[in-house]
Amino acid sequence: MLSLITFLPAAAGVILAALPARLPAKFFLRAWVAVAAVDLALVVALWVAYNPHGGYAYGENLRWIPDAGVGYHVGVDGLSLPLVAVTCVLFLACGIYSLGETRRPRTYVCLFLGLQTVCVGLFAALDLVLFFVFFDLSIVGMYFVIAGWGHGEAARAAALKFFLYTFVGSLVLLLGFIGLYLAAKPHTFDIVVLTRADPLAGRGAYATVVLAAIAVGLAIKTPTVPFHTWLPPAHSEAPAAGSAILAGVLLKFGTYGFVRIAMPLLPGAWRAYALVFIIVGAVSAVYGALVALAQPNFKRMIAYTSVNHMGFVILGVGAAGVLAGTDAQSRSLAVTGAVTQMVSHGLITGALFLLSGVLWERTGSYQIDDHSGLAHRAPAFAGVTAVAALASLGIPGLSGFIAEFQIFTGSIASQVAATAVAVASIVITAGLFLRALQRMLAGPLRLPATGPDAGGRFADLTAREAVSVVPLLIVSAAIGVAPRWLLDVIEPAARHLVGLVAR
Amino acid sequence: MTGPAWLIWALIGLPLGSGTALGVGGRRAERLAAPAGVAAAAATLGLAAAAAVWRPAASAPLFAGVDATFAVDGLSAVMVVTVASVAAAVLVFSVGDIRSGEARSRFFGLMLIFVAAMLVAVTASNLAVLLMGWEAMGATSWALIGFWWRNRSRMEAGATAFVTTRAADVGLYLAAGAAVAGGAGSLRLDALAHLPSPWLGLATAGVIAAALGKSAQLPFSFWLSKAMEGPSPVSALLHSATMVAAGGYLLLRLHPLLWASGWGQPVVAWAGAATAVVLGLVAVAQADLKQLLAASTCAQIGFIVLAAGAGGVAAGTAQLVAHAATKSLLFLAAGAWLAALGTKQLDALAGAARRYRLVGAAFTAGALALAGLPPLSLWATKDAVLSSALARQPALYAAGLAGAVISALYSIRAARLVWLPLAPGASAGYDTERAGTRRVEGWMQGPLVVLAAAAVGLGVYALPEVSNVFDNVIAGPGAGRPAGWELGLSAGLALVAAGATWRWVTRLRVPAALGAAGWAWLGLEAAAALLVVRPLLRAASGLARFDDVVVDGAVRGVAGGALAAARLGARLGEVGVDDVVGAVAGGARRLGGLARRPQTGQLHQYYAQAAVALAVLVAIVVAVR
Repeated sequence: MLSLITFLPAAAGVILAALPARLPAKFFLRAWVAVAAVDLALVVALWVAYNPHGGYAYGENLRWIPDAGVGYHVGVDGLSLPLVAVTCVLFLACGIYSLGETRRPRTYVCLFLGLQTVCVGLFAALDLVLFFVFFDLSIVGMYFVIAGWGHGEAARAAALKFFLYTFVGSLVLLLGFIGLYLAAKPHTFDIVVLTRADPLAGRGAYATVVLAAIAVGLAIKTPTVPFHTWLPPAHSEAPAAGSAILAGVLLKFGTYGFVRIAMPLLPGAWRAYALVFIIVGAVSAVYGALVALAQPNFKRMIAYTSVNHMGFVILGVGAAGVLAGTDAQSRSLAVTGAVTQMVSHGLITGALFLLSGVLWERTGSYQIDDHSGLAHRAPAFAGVTAVAALASLGIPGLSGFIAEFQIFTGSIASQVAATAVAVASIVITAGLFLRALQRMLAGPLRLPATGPDAGGRFADLTAREAVSVVPLLIVSAAIGVAPRWLLDVIEPAARHLVGLVAR
Repeated sequence: MTGPAWLIWALIGLPLGSGTALGVGGRRAERLAAPAGVAAAAATLGLAAAAAVWRPAASAPLFAGVDATFAVDGLSAVMVVTVASVAAAVLVFSVGDIRSGEARSRFFGLMLIFVAAMLVAVTASNLAVLLMGWEAMGATSWALIGFWWRNRSRMEAGATAFVTTRAADVGLYLAAGAAVAGGAGSLRLDALAHLPSPWLGLATAGVIAAALGKSAQLPFSFWLSKAMEGPSPVSALLHSATMVAAGGYLLLRLHPLLWASGWGQPVVAWAGAATAVVLGLVAVAQADLKQLLAASTCAQIGFIVLAAGAGGVAAGTAQLVAHAATKSLLFLAAGAWLAALGTKQLDALAGAARRYRLVGAAFTAGALALAGLPPLSLWATKDAVLSSALARQPALYAAGLAGAVISALYSIRAARLVWLPLAPGASAGYDTERAGTRRVEGWMQGPLVVLAAAAVGLGVYALPEVSNVFDNVIAGPGAGRPAGWELGLSAGLALVAAGATWRWVTRLRVPAALGAAGWAWLGLEAAAALLVVRPLLRAASGLARFDDVVVDGAVRGVAGGALAAARLGARLGEVGVDDVVGAVAGGARRLGGLARRPQTGQLHQYYAQAAVALAVLVAIVVAVR
């Protein structure tokens, strides 16, 4: 079942690729939406049947390269199932959003279908090599999306930077994986076996080097300060759907890697260096917020708020590594909050990037000061953007608050000062979002002189755009108002993880 | 015995659901908005009254070990009824003030969502839920103050209000974290006072910061001045009975925490007393009626904060209720004049009370109550607060009494100005802020009458029979029971101050020194801009440059370095290796050439070569032997 969900999009992509390209664009795009909808329906079924207290579910463990200790081992638990679900939700939203795409639709659709397989596969992978394969394939796929459908020449440069930077990260990650493999007796890449064996327990320097390699590899992907500078150009040059997937799903590879690999497989080293992660998280949160505040470009601003939000995640997982002065409840709150933040950030930032795509389609500009008074012409766009911004800055009733409140309350016992600094950054994000909103939406109407919509029209959200964006915010609100349906899945896994780190 | 849980869910869900529906409905709900909004507010008031009687409690799982718990105890019962009553009055008024076609659905929707958030905050018995209501209030206040978004400065005012209060709200996040860290993982409010040190101190500091910020106490007061850019009904709801009152409520609710910390009580008490005096003086200096009322709100909430710090929970709650009625009345009256005459400037409003006598009478009733004149509401409640202050510290009592006298000055000054004779050229000052309609609709008059009756009638709190019942409802410690001489002293001082003000104020005139400082609200906003906002913006743009030049520069440097190294390698490596290979080949070729030279094909030369070789061999053999 899990393999079906994983490979259905890729299989559909292969079939579509075999069809003649002269078929109408609508055909390919609608096929994508249909496949994404079916995949999401399957995930919903998986969710309904999932038992949160049962550990890994829907597991499949096949021989692949047995001599090298590599297997096709997949399965989901409370850490990965929500991310699989948010992946499928986002791909469906992007599919609907892209229904108006006209440039090489067949290739575009096949790329995204392939990317969906890669993303779902990564979250389902329980083998380090499988994880790595999907990790690398995502870089390739996203490279082509940015370079092929981005905004001109700059997009190709940004795509190259993204590719090289994250590829270097993945190589470092691979070194760490090999370090784990070599330490285990018998040698294996199986995450479940490695978790049980804890092969690096008590191997000080060796464990440190392995953790450093894995952490740097994941930190580049997440990204955290100072490895984040590939992110803003990649986002500002990528097409809207590409940005939404990049921010909503691909960034989670990094943070998910921490909870799936770094923490349970290297618990001793994680505890020893927890403070490093706490500080990196707090610094990323404040740094990301401050740099975002200074951005004149709406999309770059959102990109930097991702650095801020991912900083909260790193803070939370770092806090779970501090045993002194904390109890299981606070550490479990921090980890649950971190996983919730991954889900929440995927939904909210996905919505924000799609909305900035709406802006680009109308005016051909992301500059905040190029726009003013958009609410005159597009009240629905203004309202939805305002709600998405409020969600992103963590207003209760939407998912961001549920995530951040747990991270903050769970982290204070571990490190008061760093957590306090990170909490203070929510004031900066409030300021920067409200400033951008009031400049772009309020005041007299003003649009860029040139651009697709230079005539002074600024059409409101179309049905296609609304149907792609609004459901993301509805899910965010569903988490914000009644979070138990999500937390019931995450919490047992988070508690289990906290136990693994503490052993 | 507690009442049914559904009552709580209904009390919160009704305004939240109807508000969301109206807000999402947008233009389609425009015609329906006013009746639906008023009906929802009325139904909420009914539910609030029922909750006050039956005292329901409710609970639902929220986070690991943290349940979302709600409970209506005596204090909450008073709060829900107060909030719902003022909300109903304000929404009825809004039917007349927010005209149809002016995005009524958004207005009524946001007001109802705001009310729901406030009801969450005052019924929560758990810090997580309280914070949810608390922050949702802040965000909604942004949208409400910036309701007329076409004018960007109004949205900026909303943003100032929200960002300032949120900066203070960080305290509540820290307090929640301190509670978890200190072992009170349930986050129940009544568990906070039992935290161990140092978490007790952190929780206390966080709660105090959040409360002072929300209540616009010193040094956060400036946001309330900016917030006056919002519509009058928004001010009447947010800046009398709800938002700003929430800070006072939180301190009253958590007085055991203040007490347990040891230092929290005096800090809070003096913050309240200082705000009562200083912001009262700011109010005296205002030339804009809404600015005067806003500064007076800070000062009056100061008495609630003072009560919380002095341990007078029941007295502080009574003050909160009396102030809510009085101040929402005054804001609505100012709003009625603003709608009719298009101005809220005090000099332009001279004689406004004579022109609209019902509004004038209601405003005067409110102003007299605000002045602390007997036997009106705020006189009775303020004396109860001062009495609890006296029990704590005479200096605190003296400061509070000074604040009470100042409130007589600014209240009576405003009342006197609006009753001045209507000058012949008065209409020149009209319509400066919006186009006045020159009439006050029935929708606006009704709530004024009801609130005026409350502002006057709540003076019954001075009767011991009434205050005993009220104090029992609140069931908190330290019900202030002012002695006869205290009541007499404050009444006498207020009367003298009021009489003198009435006698001396004959036109808008403010002492220059006081005026300059007061108009700018002591320069608090400028100070915040200078000390916090501008350095932050500078740091942000500096960091953005740092990010581009240094952090990304390092990455580009590494990439460029790799390219350069590759080029260098291309030159050096290719030259070196290829040259060696070439040299070897050339050497071999030359050797080959040399070896070919003797191969001449002529026999005599071969013999000669053989003879030479033989001779050399012989020579070697001889030499070696």
